[in-house]
Amino acid sequence: MAEHRLLTKNFGTEGLQTLAVYERLGGYQGLREAFQRFTPETLVDEVKASGLRGRGGAGFPTGMKWGFLPKDVFPRYLCCNADESEPGCFKDRKLIDENPHQLIEGLLIAAYALQVNVAFIYIRGEYFDQRLLLERCVEEARAAGHIGTDIHGSGFSCDVIVHGGAGAYICGEETALIDSLEGYRGQPRLKPPFPAIKGLYGKPTVVNNVETLSNLPHIVQRGGAWFKSIGTEKSAGTRLFCCSGHINRPGTYEMAMGTPIRELLEEECGGMWKDRSLKAFQPGGGSMQVLLPQHLDLALDMDAVQQAGSSLGAGAMVFMDETTCMVNVSMRLVDFYHHESCGKCAPCREGTYFESDLMHRLEAGACTSEELNTLADICDNMNGKCFCPLGDTATWFVMSAYKAFREEFDAHCGAGSCPVRSGAAQLVTA
Amino acid sequence: MLGAATRKEITALRDRYPHPRSAILPCLWAVQNEQGFLTVEGMTEVAEILHLAPSEVQAVSTFYSMYFQKPAGAHHVLICVNVSCALRGADDIVGHVERRLACPSGGTTADGAFTWESTVECLGACGGAPAMQVDHHFHENLTPDAVDALLDRLRSVPGAHAGAGAPPSGPHPPTAETPPLATAEGPPADDGRARAAGEVVAAPPTERAEMTGPRTGTTANPRGPRSKPRRRPRPSADDL
Repeated sequence: MAEHRLLTKNFGTEGLQTLAVYERLGGYQGLREAFQRFTPETLVDEVKASGLRGRGGAGFPTGMKWGFLPKDVFPRYLCCNADESEPGCFKDRKLIDENPHQLIEGLLIAAYALQVNVAFIYIRGEYFDQRLLLERCVEEARAAGHIGTDIHGSGFSCDVIVHGGAGAYICGEETALIDSLEGYRGQPRLKPPFPAIKGLYGKPTVVNNVETLSNLPHIVQRGGAWFKSIGTEKSAGTRLFCCSGHINRPGTYEMAMGTPIRELLEEECGGMWKDRSLKAFQPGGGSMQVLLPQHLDLALDMDAVQQAGSSLGAGAMVFMDETTCMVNVSMRLVDFYHHESCGKCAPCREGTYFESDLMHRLEAGACTSEELNTLADICDNMNGKCFCPLGDTATWFVMSAYKAFREEFDAHCGAGSCPVRSGAAQLVTA
Repeated sequence: MLGAATRKEITALRDRYPHPRSAILPCLWAVQNEQGFLTVEGMTEVAEILHLAPSEVQAVSTFYSMYFQKPAGAHHVLICVNVSCALRGADDIVGHVERRLACPSGGTTADGAFTWESTVECLGACGGAPAMQVDHHFHENLTPDAVDALLDRLRSVPGAHAGAGAPPSGPHPPTAETPPLATAEGPPADDGRARAAGEVVAAPPTERAEMTGPRTGTTANPRGPRSKPRRRPRPSADDL
């Protein structure tokens, strides 16, 4: 089973970013068919039947999320979450760069299913060219009558607003995204009430990832049952996997769910670089627990990876070779969470500070083993005790690496420098 | 005082959203595009147009890392040092740039041509690691030679932060690679602050003026009245 191309089928076609080429390849047919063949209710049912699960990281069933909206409460809002900032993740950027109209069409289909008249695309500030591209595409689609009032004579009207962020990882959390979109500091809100009940401007709101929405034109055109037939029982469809790190061919690969990770690494990514061997990898981006070479035969399936003690998250695979210092990697990730903590709750705000301080000293070899013993304590005081998942995930990688590479962490204590890099300590694998 | 085009843009942004407050982020981009960083006067004007207190706009501005709170160099170089980039040599690139520009991360070169920083915030270019952004355009698969060539080229390009016009509501002014977009009012405005190539820029004062803007209008909470805080069960010592 090689790459299974659904979302990426037309990638690389010259001019795909223009409406003319996208329409020539069957673009916006899904939107027309949605109007002709479905009522909003039956469309929600079709998406439920497709088994599509959110591609942003949590893997929540999309149709079920849509079903939570209270009936007869209007206006409702739809936000496309393009605030992709997970370390290791770049699939949304690729989807926007290569096929922006596919996303806009998916967004409009979702808007129709949810009876939303104003839909937003919240795109992170760093994706500057991507934002300009989306703005241009929205104008193109508007001029062609795909966006506006009474779209294609369906009686349904929808406007699309592209909203640029300004550099905050936390705004990828759906309630923080809503806060940011309202014009506040992007800090998460207490749930419940969930956004489906009380979201943007206090109204029912759905937040969906770029990849989730990009699947919708295909589901509408080819049917939920067809979509469900791809992948595994509980993880339907394909996913874009962002592969990076010490591999020969980093990049985005679309695979059917259920493919073994080894196949992704060896066939698509060309194996490890410089003929070195794999030491560890992260299956779901910076937040997720580390996995080891013996986990390579796991299937790319949300539940299988979860059982192994990690998560597919947003589908970002970071492969590390035998020369990698796990303390150094942990330090960078902890730094990231320290930098991105929004400051709302104490366990995360203070915990990431302590973690970062400790890991910096450990990497420099200036930490005693008594101090290292506090790491587990710090993490325990954060995990599950933070206001939002950011603080929890700030502990996951470092704790899993500490468990799997305990001796490597210990070797750093009082070493005066990083023993892995200086070659003083023999590399230890679990 | 913001230029007429920027004021018009801010007004248009305000009217684009169901609630005017939502326009704060794009309006701040408009200010930064024109002035090079977020001036207190600029933020006060945004507050006035959006019918908010100036302190509310400023409070939002400090949350987001991409807004400049003080003047920056003509070009902005941002180098990712998160895991995927670090695994492929980002530290070498950072060291190279630091030596080359002769100032530490977060600093501005003596001639005002570059402000550079390394960031742990993943830029989303892991497939092309190591990567950086220069004036918000991606540069991937970096080598020291490629970085040198780019920096040399940019040195002769007029500053991006000189307020020399910008794409409408764009988060950053254009560089040589993205020429300024003409707007409906004609070509991009040049308010005389554009720098000649290679001109040395004196560091502008970094002290901030007092926030003196009037508190204008009412600020209805778009989320509606606050709900009562919920009582939560207190964990016992056994749970910990």
